[in-house]
Amino acid sequence: MAVSETKYTEEHEWLRPEDDGVVVVGITEYAAEQLGDIVYVELPEEGTTVTKGDEIVVIESVKAASDIVAPVDGEIVEVNEALADNPGLVNEDPLGDGWFFKIKPSDMSQLDEYMDEDAYKEMIS
Amino acid sequence: MAELRRTALYDLHLELCARMVPFAGWEMPVQFRLGVMKEHLHTRAAAGLFDVSHMGQVILRPRSGYMAEAAAALEALMPVDVLGLAEGRQRYGFFTNDDGGIIDDLMFARRADHFLLVVNAARREVDLALLKGALEDRCTVEEVPNRALLALQGPAAEAALTRIVPQVSAMRFMDAGVFHIPGADLWISRSGYTGEDGFEISVPEAEAVSFARRLLEMEEVEPIGLGARDSLRLEAGLCLYGNEIDEATSPVEAGLVWAIPKVRRRGGAREGGFPGAARILRELEEGPARRLVGLLPEGRAPMRAHTPLFASEEGGDAIGEVTSGAFGPSVERPVAMGYVTTGNDREGTAIFGEVRGRRLPARVARLPFFPHRYKR
Repeated sequence: MAVSETKYTEEHEWLRPEDDGVVVVGITEYAAEQLGDIVYVELPEEGTTVTKGDEIVVIESVKAASDIVAPVDGEIVEVNEALADNPGLVNEDPLGDGWFFKIKPSDMSQLDEYMDEDAYKEMIS
Repeated sequence: MAELRRTALYDLHLELCARMVPFAGWEMPVQFRLGVMKEHLHTRAAAGLFDVSHMGQVILRPRSGYMAEAAAALEALMPVDVLGLAEGRQRYGFFTNDDGGIIDDLMFARRADHFLLVVNAARREVDLALLKGALEDRCTVEEVPNRALLALQGPAAEAALTRIVPQVSAMRFMDAGVFHIPGADLWISRSGYTGEDGFEISVPEAEAVSFARRLLEMEEVEPIGLGARDSLRLEAGLCLYGNEIDEATSPVEAGLVWAIPKVRRRGGAREGGFPGAARILRELEEGPARRLVGLLPEGRAPMRAHTPLFASEEGGDAIGEVTSGAFGPSVERPVAMGYVTTGNDREGTAIFGEVRGRRLPARVARLPFFPHRYKR
């Protein structure tokens, strides 16, 4: 399957497919800005099999706790260990160093239902 | 739903890109451009300007003209020393109910011919009703109209404010006075809610924006929202009405015994004589069943308000709950306050807070988490 463009969920996650059939997941700049300073991120364990909609990440900002759900069915193949010591990376670089986890989807077509960048921008405007 | 009230600084907040939220019936800034974390750190490093105009300012004036009468009347509502307060000084107090719970906590200053009270926004109506019901035969009770209230807090607060009001450098912690600048009289006390040195300044609404702008133009001063106000007071170990204290918590449980002087305790010259004296005097002698403590969670996960607390990692009934919890930007770790049953309140005691179904370790810690830096 060809590598496709970055997708966006209504929960403000971005999903970036990589060459090896793995999808990197983080939150958008808009979401990071809305959450405020992030002070703690609880990530799933590598190797966990998750179902779309499972709450798998907890983000604590100075204001409140919020959940990030698994956007697709699959296996967590890597998590961003740097967030344990430096959760502020999510605010500093949400689209880059502030990523949360990499998931290997069991069905890549589950990504199709999500928005492209233009549709996401439209949603938050 | 009732319309939210706006302070005199509302338009200025919008101009400064504040994020506004409803708070106790008011539309207030929760953060400005810097965001909560940087606003907090800026206040501890330099000076932060807070709009606290939502708080109630109340004047209590003795009908007879004798201040001792107003002081005695106020003492009948609070287990603190009002009669002994000198003119030009301010003190912390709390109204108690017949069960020894706290109706509100407040600051009160003695001025030439009246007391000036500053009460919580969410409790102003309750307080006014209480004061009028209990004291109106001896005092007039009047909410101060058309004055904003600002707080300037932090190690650079004195340097900043003295450029406008040079005399404030002579004030020490909990002094209160009236100062005149062109176009306005300022009611200033050297006090605050951050643990830092600083001032609370009552200014006529018509002059509030220009006064705030003069401060904000200074290099040291940044506007600070309610978000950082909360993390600052939590690091300073200061109670928030509705979190640590309410109508069911006694001042002894809440660790406010420092505000109850010997003269109002058993054997004192003015023993008792305030609502709930039976419970409060008993708890002072025998100890309360639970106490407010500081809590240091061991990991990085904050323990928020209402997190249940346990004595062991598994099993057993809850021994209390967290009342306030957040990440402390200056101490660079999560901090919390909460009630635990007596016996679990010693410094260093290991306890567990249940967060998302898991019991996470924490230790009972001394308050404040960040040392107070008042100019005494």
